[in-house]
Amino acid sequence: MVEITIRKRPRSEAVITQRKFFKKTARGKVIKVLRERYLRDDVGCGIHNCRECSEACTPSSSLLPESGAEHSLFPDGHFVLPDTNVFLSQMDLLESSLFRPPIILLQTVVEEVRHRSLPLYNRLKALMAMDDKSIWTFYNEYRSETAVVREENETPNDRNDRGIRKATAWYKEHLQLNNPPVRGKAPRKLPTFVLLTEDAANRQKAEKEGLVSLSVRKYVEGMKDSPQLLDLLASIEADEIEPTRAAGGKQILYSEYLPSATLISGVKAGDLHQGHFNANQYNYLEGSVSVPAFTKPVLLIGRENMNRATSGDIVVVEVFPDSEWKAPADEVVDQDSTLKNDDVESGDEDEAEDDIVTRTESKVTSSEKRSSEKQPTGRVVGVIKRNWRPYVCHIDSTSLTSINSTSLSVQTVFATPVSRLLPRIRLRTRQAPSLIGQKILVSIDRWDVTSRYPEGHFVRALGKVESKEAEQESLLLEFDVPYRPFGKAILDCLPKEGEQWVVPPKSDTSPEWREREDLRSVTICSIDPPGCQDIDDALHARRLPNGNIEAGVHIADVSHFVHADTPMDSEAASRGTTVYLVDKRIDMLPSLLGTNLCSLRPYVERLAFSAIWELTPDADIVNVRFTKSVIASKAAFTYEEAQIRKDDPNQKDDLTEGIRLLNSIAIKLKAKRMAAGALNLASPEVKIHLDSSESSDPIDVEQKELRETNSLVEEFMLLANISVAQKIQETFPQTAVLRRHMPPPKTNFEKLQDILQKRKGLTLDVSSSGSLAASLDKCIDSEEPAFNTLVRIMATRCMLSAEYFCSGSVARDTFGHYGLASPIYTHFTSPIRRYADVLAHRQLAAAIGYSPLHPSLHGKSHVERILDVVNRRHRMAQMASRASVEFYVGLALKGREERNKASGAGAVTEEAFVIRTFRNGLGVFVSSLGIEGLIMFKNDLQQFDAENYTLSIPAPSGPPVTISVFDKVVVRIEVEKDKNTQRGRVKMTLVSPIDSKNM
Amino acid sequence: MRSHTFHDRANINVEVVVASFSTGERRKRLRGDKRVLEFAATIKATFEPVIRTSLYPRSQIDIYVQVLQQDGSTLQACINATTLALINAGIPMTDFVCAVTGGVHSTSPMLDLTTLEENDIPHVTVAVMPKTKKVVLVTMETRLHVDRFEEILNLARDAGAILHQEMKEAVLSRSASLIAMAEPVTKGQSRADDDVIVD
Ligand SMILES: [Zn+2]
Repeated sequence: MVEITIRKRPRSEAVITQRKFFKKTARGKVIKVLRERYLRDDVGCGIHNCRECSEACTPSSSLLPESGAEHSLFPDGHFVLPDTNVFLSQMDLLESSLFRPPIILLQTVVEEVRHRSLPLYNRLKALMAMDDKSIWTFYNEYRSETAVVREENETPNDRNDRGIRKATAWYKEHLQLNNPPVRGKAPRKLPTFVLLTEDAANRQKAEKEGLVSLSVRKYVEGMKDSPQLLDLLASIEADEIEPTRAAGGKQILYSEYLPSATLISGVKAGDLHQGHFNANQYNYLEGSVSVPAFTKPVLLIGRENMNRATSGDIVVVEVFPDSEWKAPADEVVDQDSTLKNDDVESGDEDEAEDDIVTRTESKVTSSEKRSSEKQPTGRVVGVIKRNWRPYVCHIDSTSLTSINSTSLSVQTVFATPVSRLLPRIRLRTRQAPSLIGQKILVSIDRWDVTSRYPEGHFVRALGKVESKEAEQESLLLEFDVPYRPFGKAILDCLPKEGEQWVVPPKSDTSPEWREREDLRSVTICSIDPPGCQDIDDALHARRLPNGNIEAGVHIADVSHFVHADTPMDSEAASRGTTVYLVDKRIDMLPSLLGTNLCSLRPYVERLAFSAIWELTPDADIVNVRFTKSVIASKAAFTYEEAQIRKDDPNQKDDLTEGIRLLNSIAIKLKAKRMAAGALNLASPEVKIHLDSSESSDPIDVEQKELRETNSLVEEFMLLANISVAQKIQETFPQTAVLRRHMPPPKTNFEKLQDILQKRKGLTLDVSSSGSLAASLDKCIDSEEPAFNTLVRIMATRCMLSAEYFCSGSVARDTFGHYGLASPIYTHFTSPIRRYADVLAHRQLAAAIGYSPLHPSLHGKSHVERILDVVNRRHRMAQMASRASVEFYVGLALKGREERNKASGAGAVTEEAFVIRTFRNGLGVFVSSLGIEGLIMFKNDLQQFDAENYTLSIPAPSGPPVTISVFDKVVVRIEVEKDKNTQRGRVKMTLVSPIDSKNM
Repeated sequence: MRSHTFHDRANINVEVVVASFSTGERRKRLRGDKRVLEFAATIKATFEPVIRTSLYPRSQIDIYVQVLQQDGSTLQACINATTLALINAGIPMTDFVCAVTGGVHSTSPMLDLTTLEENDIPHVTVAVMPKTKKVVLVTMETRLHVDRFEEILNLARDAGAILHQEMKEAVLSRSASLIAMAEPVTKGQSRADDDVIVD
């Protein structure tokens, strides 16, 4: 039990412990706010063997070495205390594995970082958790000697700087006090405390107070690995590096942002609008911002109007009067080809581009018939929050002034991000020649009004372009997938028996067997894709004497191994999901659990969490119960094996009969779902055949085949998830972890409806999921069986994505899952690879009284926080998998191309459907490869009918050829590398109905 | 009010006034405000079993609670202040009443919450009689899972015992100063008379 004490504070102390201020609310009321803090004397300094605070310092594993670390300027050892700006601007340096002095991280700094930038705060937290860094967080604001109070007329910034200096001084004194001179011994040489700050005024003040203070650059120059580390320095200190050419006379290209107070009041008053900036992937000179005030997003045309916003930034826009509204350009504008000749140093004149903008704009304004498509148009007047992160880039070789590989001179070069949504980044590096042909990581530091491009710095090289390692890592970085190996603290949470762990023999005293049902004799089997190692579900079914059917879904009992509030649990929560790439799996849980202890392998006893239903032969649920169990699976089938077994009339054994029984129920369950209005959606799914596990060279791509048994497993998983959702929502109405799919806004379908109506005379009824399902079924082209799938894919893209939520956080009537047409849903069936399922397991275990619910799962805000992370990770994981498939499709295409060349068969050609039309191009979807491509026409001869989504192209002989959306065409697919950046890209040209090779 | 006299015991009358300037946001609470009335009723119910009302038949004990400043745990403060005021007035009670507000933030239990904390986390106010360890009041307006509830209830009861020590010290030092004040009165009669005249 904790000790309860009354801490009385004299009123005289109130000056330091209380903070009182008044604030005015939006409605004009005045509120008095009083904040108190508790000052203590037992906040530990974190230095090993400190006499005074050894007790207060926990955990002892993160203590800093007694004598600091070596540095050429500080022979007696040193510790560094970086100020806030160092973390805000030099995070890459601090994250480098070469930078590892003992760091004292002040609470003031942590709080200020959090206040200023959430992404950087998250990186700081990750930094603190790194095993190879020695960082001690000192809660200086809570220690009575180091707490500071803002003085009158002092800015918050100055107050924080003073607090940081005070803490540095305290450390110095604290160390002296605890190392008193011992008579007869030479006094111990004490390490120095170094205040790192970029602020010269702060340095001066520190020196006046007798402290040691350095700029980051000075400090790094004195380190062992300074050349590599200096490259990581952000280009913030403009005055310390030599000024760039013609800096004085630089032309102003962008308008300055409005002051933040003006922005906030403007948004409040409704004059300005706030939203996320979305770059247009087809046209780099166009972006849009969705704001609540307009149903259509606000269009931003041209660089000046986008005003330095980058994808994902939260920006404030000003909307022009109606008369200046425009329609989005119907042209594809590619950054690479337009800006080829931009010079890096001066760099800022490109008439070609202005040309395009004016041309596009004049076309738009002249085409009056498209006035219906006009949408609010405006410009960015401020950025509330940047979404900058490190970007994977290629160096543009033409921007180098010297390609002498031994040259170590500083050069300014262009880095082209892999993502098409981002502008090129200008950066200065000493290693330029060695970075050509590599994938590199680049951070943006700033974007001035005088600079056409943002400026950044080099973080690190990922490896050669197209090498598996570099491509894989860049993919993981691009989608923010945490992929570091599991640390020791996490692995320590695993059972100590390791691979040898087995279910202990059944006994009343064994904790494993407590309240567990013995289902080892039941004929249970698992059905998974071939090569599946993490088997998290297994099934069984048998006839009951009363004519009903008992069906069971058995899920790996992950929550038996992963306990709440352990390092393993927090790591899994922050990873959120396992990420599947074509050639790699990034696990959410250590593989000992995923592929062994929690994998429901055949012939071994495993712990499971079972949902067992009694169903009538018509698949109505009579009752359901949930229990922890021990199972021994009798077989692990692939979908194909299970299908063959089921279809073979000679097989009459229990296993086969079980599968048949499950299948018959599954068919009825599916029919019921469909009748309730569930959607049968489609997404392009392809499978990559790998040559062998070592070389992992893709041989070919094929579309995934779906069998009856796929649907069998799916139906039972849905049933389990729905039953569990009902149970946990009943027991924990405030904090149940559920999943929902919101109905899409009707406007999302407008474009698709219009295209279907005009091109095919078909209507799409989107009034409910049921009517949508029915009208999708009617979208059939008798000559083209794939047409229906295409429409489904396009309809799927109009929908919102499903999300996890906490039941107490949203209104009860928004729980529904639109796509599944289920009033309630959760994820329960894959706890090895999804964290939400782990939470659902814990809640279900508590709901059946097996174990008390961990306190954290009673807190709504805590659950919400976890689910926010899981939702984001889930989205990113999906995008990463898709990108990985795309990369391999590219490799496979290249292989095919080479083989074709060798045999003289010519280029790779595939059938494709047109899904979009532009003034100068076509968007096509190649279903056999599951990829989308863009066909561009360089010359300006084609006629574009935007109203009817039709492009007519003059043919060399005969009448012009018209191509419309949904038309089937044949395309030639080539993989080409951008000569300058080595970035690979798929290039498509038309073969039929007209060859567009030279167009 | 007269109707509320009992022939065998005293009637307890509690009136609570919350000053409009007591909270961060200025808000006028009228005497008839539902919440204030409920507050008064809670205090009355808490003290009814503790005050030896049978010693004062046909009389009334008035408890006036004026909240001048509040920042969370208001009921707790009102009850503790009432205990001290009753003792100070020399009204016989079977025991102290010590109240404390407890809450839980994620997994850590907390005591003596501020408004900020009360707004954010589930909390419960508990009043105990330290000598008999009896609980005289448990009140909660938020949702709290039953497992957590037990933990907090126990913690709050322990905290009640600590508060009792503190309150006892306060009572003793107050008594000591009262006795010290009483002495000069017996010595110099005139000063006491002055007071009366001034009054
Ligand atoms: Zn110390």
